Amino acid sequence: MSGERHKMLEVDGIYKTYEGAPLLRGVSFDVAAGETVCLLGPSGSGKSTLLRIIAGLEGSGSGQVRWDGADLASVPAHRRNFGLVFQDYALFPHLDVAENVAFGLKMQGLGRAEIDRRVAEALAQVNLKGFERRRVTDLSGGEQQRVALARALAPRPRLLMFDEPLGALDRTLRERLLDELRSILHASGVPAIYVTHDQEEAFALADRVMLLHEGRIVQSGAPAEVYARPVSAWVARFLGLGNIIEGKVAGAGRVETKVGVLKVACAHEHARGESVALLIRPGRRNVGDGENSLEGRVTDVVFRQNDFRVTLDNDLYFYLPDAPKVGERIVLQIPLTAVQCLSAKE
Amino acid sequence: MKRIFLLTMLAALLLAACAPPAAPVPGEPADNDIDNDALVVMTHDSFAVSENVVAAFEAENDVDVVFISSGDTGAALNKAILSKDAPLADLFFGVDNTFLSRALDAGIFEPYDSPMLGVIPDEFKLDPENRALPVDYGDVCINYDKAYFIENDLPVPQTLEDLTQPGYAELLVVENPATSSPGLAFLLATVAHFGPDGYLDFWAMMEDDGVSVTDGWETAYYTNFSASSGRGPQAMVVSYATSPAAEVIFADTPLDDAPTGSILGPDTCFRQIEFVGILKGTQHRALAEKFVDFMLSTQFQEDMPLQMFVYPVNPEAQLPEAFLKYAQVPTQPASLAPEDIAAHRDEWIQAWTETVLK
Amino acid sequence: MRRFFSWLPALLFLGLFFFYPLAKILAVGVGSSLFIAPESLQIGFRALRFTLYQAALSMLLTLLVGLPAAYLFARYGFRGKSLLRALTAVPFMLPTVVVAAGFNALLGPRGWVNLALMNFFELQSPPVTILHTLGAILLAHVFYNTTIVIRVVGNALVHLDPRLEHAARLLGATPARAFREVTLPLLRPSILAASLLVFLFDFTSFGVVLLLGGPTFATLEVEIYIQALHMLNMPVAALLSLIQLLCTLAFSVLYSRSVTRTVVQVAQRPAETVVRQAKRWRERLFVGSMVALLFALFILPMAALPLRSVSRLEAARGERAIVQTGLTGDYYRELFVNRRGSRFYVPPIRAAYNSLEYAAITVVLSLLLGFPVASALARPKRLDRLLDPLLMLPLGASAVTLGLGFIVAFNRPPLALLGSPWLVPLAHTMVALPFAIRSLQPALAAIPERYRQAAAMLGASPLRTWFAVDWPIVSRATLAAATFAFTVSLGEFGATSLLARPEYPTIPTAIYRFLSQPGGLNYGQAMAMATLLMFLTTAGIFLIEKLRLPGAGEF
Repeated sequence: MSGERHKMLEVDGIYKTYEGAPLLRGVSFDVAAGETVCLLGPSGSGKSTLLRIIAGLEGSGSGQVRWDGADLASVPAHRRNFGLVFQDYALFPHLDVAENVAFGLKMQGLGRAEIDRRVAEALAQVNLKGFERRRVTDLSGGEQQRVALARALAPRPRLLMFDEPLGALDRTLRERLLDELRSILHASGVPAIYVTHDQEEAFALADRVMLLHEGRIVQSGAPAEVYARPVSAWVARFLGLGNIIEGKVAGAGRVETKVGVLKVACAHEHARGESVALLIRPGRRNVGDGENSLEGRVTDVVFRQNDFRVTLDNDLYFYLPDAPKVGERIVLQIPLTAVQCLSAKE
Repeated sequence: MKRIFLLTMLAALLLAACAPPAAPVPGEPADNDIDNDALVVMTHDSFAVSENVVAAFEAENDVDVVFISSGDTGAALNKAILSKDAPLADLFFGVDNTFLSRALDAGIFEPYDSPMLGVIPDEFKLDPENRALPVDYGDVCINYDKAYFIENDLPVPQTLEDLTQPGYAELLVVENPATSSPGLAFLLATVAHFGPDGYLDFWAMMEDDGVSVTDGWETAYYTNFSASSGRGPQAMVVSYATSPAAEVIFADTPLDDAPTGSILGPDTCFRQIEFVGILKGTQHRALAEKFVDFMLSTQFQEDMPLQMFVYPVNPEAQLPEAFLKYAQVPTQPASLAPEDIAAHRDEWIQAWTETVLK
Repeated sequence: MRRFFSWLPALLFLGLFFFYPLAKILAVGVGSSLFIAPESLQIGFRALRFTLYQAALSMLLTLLVGLPAAYLFARYGFRGKSLLRALTAVPFMLPTVVVAAGFNALLGPRGWVNLALMNFFELQSPPVTILHTLGAILLAHVFYNTTIVIRVVGNALVHLDPRLEHAARLLGATPARAFREVTLPLLRPSILAASLLVFLFDFTSFGVVLLLGGPTFATLEVEIYIQALHMLNMPVAALLSLIQLLCTLAFSVLYSRSVTRTVVQVAQRPAETVVRQAKRWRERLFVGSMVALLFALFILPMAALPLRSVSRLEAARGERAIVQTGLTGDYYRELFVNRRGSRFYVPPIRAAYNSLEYAAITVVLSLLLGFPVASALARPKRLDRLLDPLLMLPLGASAVTLGLGFIVAFNRPPLALLGSPWLVPLAHTMVALPFAIRSLQPALAAIPERYRQAAAMLGASPLRTWFAVDWPIVSRATLAAATFAFTVSLGEFGATSLLARPEYPTIPTAIYRFLSQPGGLNYGQAMAMATLLMFLTTAGIFLIEKLRLPGAGEF
């Protein structure tokens, strides 16, 4: 992302309160042409509200939403030409599949032939050829999702937004749709904002991931970068990156924790006695290698496809290639790279 | 598709709304809104007149006559009184002798000494100032079911006193004088006959004998009266002396005798006289006078009997054959001075209500 | 601000045609010392007590019949359903005189029921004496107003997601319990709406009390009629009108409070998924007995009219001449003859045409005025809650008072409207508007907001959203609203008789004209005309309900 990156959507300092309590406290970010951004946060973090503010369905307390440099404050939702796929799709129950997809095209005042062509095209894009005359209430969840996507795509919006669109679907279907969605988004080149609480969806789809926590964007970056360098214990915990334990700095590169003193390479300087949080990635460990050694009694062993998830009596878990017995005492050696030093504040 | 259909329907309805709400009757000029030059006659909803009779007046005077009817007698009169500061019409027809003083006290009429008054008997002229001019009269009488009395071998009662005799219990239905014009008339007949001190005793006896009371003439006649098409339980009803004639004229199948009769004893009937008056503030005084004269002329007077089942006040008017044959005129109808009626009407009704209904 | 504009047309309309004339006429009476005299207050108190008593009883009975009937129509399919449903709406617009005739023919001293019982048990006197009792008033109120419950509650029931009830069943609730604890609470707004409408109609009941109850019963409305038109006592009439209005206002406020507290947005379902055939014996029993009850309550009294309109009386009337009994078409033929050459004679087709034209205008006006208000009320803000009860007031205003108010208010320029045929549909709209709004509001409230947002995201302006989303989804409720407006207008007599010109009679005023003179032919023609009215309205409602079947009308 160099300086040539052309910002299409700019969100600047959005504040919003909900029933008196602050919900969004100064959210700013931008989306570049062709970029897919995932807004990741737990439920109640205000991510859907943010989406609706961008869409123009809701007003913000303060802050600006700009498109290509122009403020959208006075542009009502229906003139923004943004597409939105709703959480439960909000397909019009009184219209059939084709009529649903054609809705936005009609609003643009296109001719009948053109509408038919674009409806067919959109339905082909989402693999729903032949569904034109079906009633939307008779469709399965996955089919409804595709119709919603086709409906949002057909008017060729300037920006596509998704509000947890796969939440209600089963895992296999979700993975397949995610793949399709990614290729459709890339093929169309439309910038997109995808809101979800599911990190797998976010990492699979996004060019850039943003984490929303307590009304602020706490971290933003490419998926791999966020994965590798979580900025806080909260981020690490929310993304499920591994074990988080608290400790106090005992000296240069040494942190005292409940499982003993660990050697750590911290990015920042820490004063002696300062509280820090440590992320210990469960990785795939072998018994007995690395700089730090950790001892514990096995309390639980769960089979995974390629290894075993082993939980110790100190509440830490690790992935091991071989299954120890429950109750057995083991010693693990943890490499320096698997221990990260995070800000303790959530 | 469906949506288009619905929208079309809405559009059609809208179009219907834009069309004039009532198209003119064929052969008649379109007069949805009352023309400023038309002569407007306000009346009650029992008013009726033949088309050719009105048309003759209209042709002769080159004017349109518009009738606005506004509910029953009481409603129409109240309308006229409430709108006296900006009258809705040029004339008002239909106030009767039981309500006359109310109209005169309210001062809604202008006096008019019609030349036609000369031929009209004085007994009908109740307003010496000629603000209200008599047009027709009719007698409220008890009608009886001829068949019932023959089948049960029962003599037809001849007087009000007879009604309290054994054998006539539960046979009479009357109308509530508080809500019905014939009901009020019959109450006044009993007041006239028994006097203001005695009529309540009569009604108390009638109440003990199970007299039925309805709120309106329609229910009394068509629901309760045994000789009407409704075939009710009572063999006698308070109606009009002309009702037997109407039963013949409007019979299902041609009849050579009326199925009902009127009891024409002394004071069993009460005479109602209907008046017309020129409303104060009319812009068409000359035409209005002509219309009053016209209403008193033989042409109009002869049309009334079969239209409204009333008698003409003009003795020169010929009665239709059915009237001569089937309608009877009481020789000794009860009567009360309009001033007495005006002074005590509400009090009599109130006392009657306490006696009969409570 | 936008909310204010959705209220503007309706408020202007009510202000001009309701509050203004009402204020004018009340002003006539309020000045007098009689206005708050103790004896006036006593009349008012006595009438109010009976009015409340009979209205509450009538409402409860109506719900007792109406709720199961609504359930029957919403959940079960059976043969003749749409016809029966249409027929239940017919009483609503039959003039009281005609209904009284129907009840008399069925339950009167010489009605079918009594004659049959007397024959069977060899009785000397008729065993059933219901006419001129409180029972007759209650029965007639149930007869008239059950359709309100069927339509308002039934409409909500049809769209209720049956899965909610299923979910309750799976959580261990018996069917009765699931109904009581899930379905019933969700139906509460519509039940309340229906109850209020029924109550108000019973509260202001006039013709029924006068004709079927007889003179011993007087509601406020009857007392107003007597005081205003027969005693010409405007102060007392004004006092009574004011009491009636204040009560109506109080009920409306109570109602809007309790409704706004219980509005729940429920996902709409296409109607046909919830309709089923009765299978188990319990269901069959329910369907069977409900159909029988509705048949006895609605069809029998109404059947008396068409039957009477084509049959001559048997010779029971005594010795007079040759009375042919049996079938006849005379009454219908006679309708087309101006036998007396009357100025006011109108062929039945013309009366029907007048009626239909007034009804069409009423439908359009009430929908045009009602939709914006119902949309605002569907998501009520402070302003809406404040204004809401005002809309119900016309239902509680005495037709007599208002009619007289029109005279005082509109008799001089620039508002010299008297004599204009427009007054009739305007008056009808006032009564129909609350119905239109009450039918539309729950449906509009039940449309999930995200449908509208989805439309906005696809580029639809608010107006287009309304046409493309709200309108088709609520088209069923719109039809219900239209049906109400249509029937209210077709059957309305009180205001019409005070405002219509005699040259432009509606069917009800034509019926009254026939009944105001003696004679079998007049009676027969009235029955023929009433049959015509019944036929017209049944056909109208039937058609309206059929129209929505395919496609868009599902919702």
